[in-house]
Amino acid sequence: MIKFCNVTKVYSDNTVVLQDVSFEVGEGEFVSIVGKSGAGKTTLIKMILGLEQPSEGEVYFLGRNVKDLSDLEMQNIRRRTGSVYQDYKLLPAKTVYENVAYVMAVEGRPDHEIKSEAPKILEIIGLKEKLDNFPKELSGGEQQRLAVARALVNHPDIIIADEPTGNLDPYNTYEVVSLLEKINKAGKTVILATHDREIINKLGKRVITLENGRIIRDEAEGRFII
Amino acid sequence: MMQNFKRIFKFAINDFFRNKGISLAAIFVLTVTIMCVTGLLFFRGMSDYLVSQIKDKIDITAYFKESASEADILNIKNQISGMAGIKKVEYVSKDDAVLIFADKHKDNAVFTEALNEVGSNPFLPSLNIVTSGDISQYEQVSNVLQSSSFSNIVEKVDFYEKKDTIEKVYSITSNINTFGLILGIILVIVAILVVFNTIKLAVDSSKEEISTMRIVGASDWFVRGPFIIQGIIYGFIAFIICIIVSAIFVFFISSKISVMMPGFSLIRYFTSNLWFLIMVQLGFGVAVGVVSSFVVVKKYLDI
Repeated sequence: MIKFCNVTKVYSDNTVVLQDVSFEVGEGEFVSIVGKSGAGKTTLIKMILGLEQPSEGEVYFLGRNVKDLSDLEMQNIRRRTGSVYQDYKLLPAKTVYENVAYVMAVEGRPDHEIKSEAPKILEIIGLKEKLDNFPKELSGGEQQRLAVARALVNHPDIIIADEPTGNLDPYNTYEVVSLLEKINKAGKTVILATHDREIINKLGKRVITLENGRIIRDEAEGRFII
Repeated sequence: MMQNFKRIFKFAINDFFRNKGISLAAIFVLTVTIMCVTGLLFFRGMSDYLVSQIKDKIDITAYFKESASEADILNIKNQISGMAGIKKVEYVSKDDAVLIFADKHKDNAVFTEALNEVGSNPFLPSLNIVTSGDISQYEQVSNVLQSSSFSNIVEKVDFYEKKDTIEKVYSITSNINTFGLILGIILVIVAILVVFNTIKLAVDSSKEEISTMRIVGASDWFVRGPFIIQGIIYGFIAFIICIIVSAIFVFFISSKISVMMPGFSLIRYFTSNLWFLIMVQLGFGVAVGVVSSFVVVKKYLDI
């Protein structure tokens, strides 16, 4: 589904973020990318969504080289990908309901579907009572749950989560990780970038370990070892 | 398509009311800008009137020999009137000339006595000619009148005596026009930059939001649309305010301007140019609002 071939990323100030990174993620897999802060996890995630371009090497999404995709094709990939970030990346001027409704509108879903499905997913995620609140009126955990709801509402093929539990307490961390596991059990591909040892060790799924921009370990049932 | 447009419109209206401070600032700046452009149009109207008044005062006079018959002079008058760029040709007979002289100097006994002393009417019949063009047109008329076909009845044409004065007047009016044009261009550029920067501040506050919209796969127009519609709303509201303020301003100030510039009515100028004014105010407001939003958002779409 996703393939990195000898990817290297060097920023304009000559900082090398990724070096000769190659791996493949199959459909329905749950892959965790671990590493210390600055190991290159976020850059790697951004490359899947075309938010960063490799300096060398290729990134493929469903067999297509990401750098060859047109704007329209890139938009389609982003719509088919649910993304969750440490800083939530919510739309601050829109309410909880509107944040979810917006991505459904982007997908071109009709009004009646938006009106029926958006409240449903917000109920599942535990935000039914906060439909008209703005993100700044929510706690960190609620904001992250909203980000997850937004990522899921269009039934994406793949979920990409970049440090989704970075700002959460243990209880909310457990909730978000459980959600990701459920999504994976439903057959969706999940890519989770984190430096949370406890999460990784509990998951018992495939782990790719990055250090100084290089893959130093790729294990089918890995543990957090740095 | 229609569904998307409705959604974009709804987003724009929501954002407009939710960001009241930014919306008010953008409308205020646009209003001031459009008022400056409107002021410039009023200034143009007044300066055009002044210039035309001054130009109307300029004429050249062709004096005819005593022997020239009225029929011949009127024939020449018709020929001159038929030339391109001629605004007015007025025939002044010998008798009219003496009456004009007497009327002009009725309070000065010296002139009246001098006229009596001469005994007969010393004035020559003449044609006063006003052109609508520049000095070259006066020169052209003068050359025609002094050509061989008219030389037997034309005594003299005072073009060369008045040439310096005409040149000075035309130079002043031309400078007024150039000054107005340069001032206008500078003002419009400054105004556009001020509006652009205000809208840039408004869009800058949504920079993160635009990036998020792109990350979730929103198309260029889905992101850009609400900002552009907000630009239209800013421009439209600013236009409504400006047209009302302009009308009130014209109503109260017109009589004062008429005192300074007799014959010029700001109300008449306003009403006769109302549609042009509406088009300029609305067009300028909306165009600047839309173009600024378009350009500023474009910068953040490259994700």
